[in-house]
Amino acid sequence: MSEDLNKTAQSQQAASATPAAKPAAPAAAKPAAARPATPAAPAKPAVNEMKPKQVEAAKLHDELKRLHDQEGMDFLLSLTGVDREDDGLAVVYQLENTTTLKQAILECVVTDRENPLVPSAADLWNIACTYEREVYDFYGIKFTGHPDMRRLFMREDWVGYPFRKDDETEKNNPLRMTNEPLSDTTTEYVLTEDGKVEAVEHAIFQEDDYVINIGPQHPSTHGVLHFRVALEGERIRKIDPVLGYIHRGVEKISEKMTYPQTLALTDRLDYLGAMQNRHALCMCIEQAMGVEVSDRVQVIRTIMDELQRIDSHILFFSCLCQDLGATTAFLYGFRDREKILDIFEETCGGRLILNYNTIGGVMADIHPNFVKRVKEFIPYMRKNIQEYHDIFTGNVIFQNRSKGVGVLSKEQVISFGCTGGTGRASGWHNDLRKLRPYAAYDRVQFNEVTRTEGDSFARYMIRLDEILESLHIIEQLIDNIPEGNFREKMKPIIKLPVGQFYSEVEGSRGRFGVYIESKGDKSPYRLHYRSTGLPLVAVMDTACKDNMIADLITIGGTVDYVVPDIDR
Amino acid sequence: MKRAKIKSIPYEEFKDNETYEKLVEELNAGGANVIVKKLDDLIDWGRSNSLWPLTFATSCCGIEFMAVCAARYDIARFGFEVTRNSPRQADVILVCGTITTKMAPVLRCLYDQMADPKYVVAIGGCSISGGPFNKSYHVLNGVDKIIPVDVYVPGCPPRPESFLYGMMQLQRIVKVENFFGTTNRKEKDPYKVEAEIKEEHIYNQEEQA
Repeated sequence: MSEDLNKTAQSQQAASATPAAKPAAPAAAKPAAARPATPAAPAKPAVNEMKPKQVEAAKLHDELKRLHDQEGMDFLLSLTGVDREDDGLAVVYQLENTTTLKQAILECVVTDRENPLVPSAADLWNIACTYEREVYDFYGIKFTGHPDMRRLFMREDWVGYPFRKDDETEKNNPLRMTNEPLSDTTTEYVLTEDGKVEAVEHAIFQEDDYVINIGPQHPSTHGVLHFRVALEGERIRKIDPVLGYIHRGVEKISEKMTYPQTLALTDRLDYLGAMQNRHALCMCIEQAMGVEVSDRVQVIRTIMDELQRIDSHILFFSCLCQDLGATTAFLYGFRDREKILDIFEETCGGRLILNYNTIGGVMADIHPNFVKRVKEFIPYMRKNIQEYHDIFTGNVIFQNRSKGVGVLSKEQVISFGCTGGTGRASGWHNDLRKLRPYAAYDRVQFNEVTRTEGDSFARYMIRLDEILESLHIIEQLIDNIPEGNFREKMKPIIKLPVGQFYSEVEGSRGRFGVYIESKGDKSPYRLHYRSTGLPLVAVMDTACKDNMIADLITIGGTVDYVVPDIDR
Repeated sequence: MKRAKIKSIPYEEFKDNETYEKLVEELNAGGANVIVKKLDDLIDWGRSNSLWPLTFATSCCGIEFMAVCAARYDIARFGFEVTRNSPRQADVILVCGTITTKMAPVLRCLYDQMADPKYVVAIGGCSISGGPFNKSYHVLNGVDKIIPVDVYVPGCPPRPESFLYGMMQLQRIVKVENFFGTTNRKEKDPYKVEAEIKEEHIYNQEEQA
């Protein structure tokens, strides 16, 4: 009871601190409600702590099926592998019901390190297919019944499983300068009734398939991505994405870094969502430690996130135009993007890699010119959006190449876990800023832009409309930046309590999540990022099927993935 | 000693002229015929002002490269705007971003496909030394391990100004190279190499017989 009173008092205080802030934010929606406590031992469990339900491998598939069919858990948010050394290998499933927003977290531990077997969930969620390949690649866990058990990121001749704690990765894998082997067949591990495992071979491409390679060095794949495309005349029959050309092992190197050091790598994952990525990691660490950041920080973070979103969407527009041959529109986009980079540069010191958020706040207070510059930028950008529409949106070539092309249904985007603009273009309300407001999103008014067509044109329009919404959010906050600390005083050595923590933000192109498993040390035991781009690449096969090969570029452009974020 | 003149920056304002002068000496060690040298100068003037880069971007630095190409920084002022998508048409490969061990053979292949004379600019910390991912199991610690690098542009990512500065350094190198006669080749003449291999092959066959 007293705790509740305390909470209400806090939120009232917060509301009075913001002069013209939004009318009475509901107390329940406040993100971090933990009272300030000593970081190492919070007085009550952290708000983002996960309590996974333990399930045996034998019963896992039945349990997942029950959750999927009966409880309507139609969205597989994330699937994480963990090496617990002596305690075996674990797989953590995070499920969500997209209508009631109820979540379920399951954990399955297998102790056999030589031949770990977990039943596959690829028949329930499409995206599980890709996530399980990632876990197989990193930990060597074989998913029985998975139709395509290949490595996802490493070369096919890679030896060992790099994320295992006892793996001698460097020793086994010298630099190979030979051409990469790419097999046309894949393996399925089938569990027979007497408990044995049989390997069944499947063909990825048939003998008479006409397969062409797009990438890894191709200007329109937005980075180093490799598609193997089977064609029927000019129509696409099948796409097999080959990933890992920019896999840097960020999650693995983070395990040897202290928490403040891990922050530096987040900006380099999805460099068009640098602010949001870092925000997610900082938020996860803060919530796990029970640190509450000041209102000023929350507002600054929100404004910065939205500026970053505009920056990202402008770049999306520019690159899409460039890919379709409209060079003028590309130049228009970059002209406006430089204005945002100027604002970032004054406050953060960087243009692209910003390193601004830090644990407990932000690195430096906003520049004296910040408010003025942002206020100048808002009307400027509103005017220029109209220019974008004039120069490109109405173009008949673009309209013909995007309307009705690459259609994704709502069921498909949910099953593939395509969050962000791609999901919203198909009518899935997945905007985390609305669903579970964090930072200062609970005190601003804005619309969640959604469409129902699900084609390339809808995905394009969503992004341009979102720029306007972001401007609207910034407009409401820019005059009301409350006074306060821009950074809480933190201990020199940051340690997280023992447990599993998960926080997420709405990134530029979807829900970006951070999973931390801590043993109480100063570095994470396991750090996993829910990549926003991996589902977007996984859906390419479905989106492009039966479309023209030339439209692959348009669809890939509008789905809007950033490759370093996929490969991590 | 030959000194390359760059329009926008006086010679003295370039940093580390010592290394450059050493390189000039090395490139022109053999000397050249007066007429050939004059022709070289003319060709090099043209070449240095129309270096065609290959669009090769793996991560963040690629976005900065796009910014350099766009309106504010306008790479076209220096003649680099003709970005090519095929290595066969490119003069210079700008390695923008991290090169992983999976990407390394691809990069080497691209480099091999380019026609001589060709240049490599390593842009950003990652391509110079692995940068923040230096300790990773899947990252190549510096592209100079697999291809020869002419200019290094540090930064994470480098500012557009340093991009342009690096490109001007490359222009200076191009301007003092020999083109006719004693060409400064990066690699052995492929025809000669092929002939050598064939000869060796024939020799081996004869020996076996």
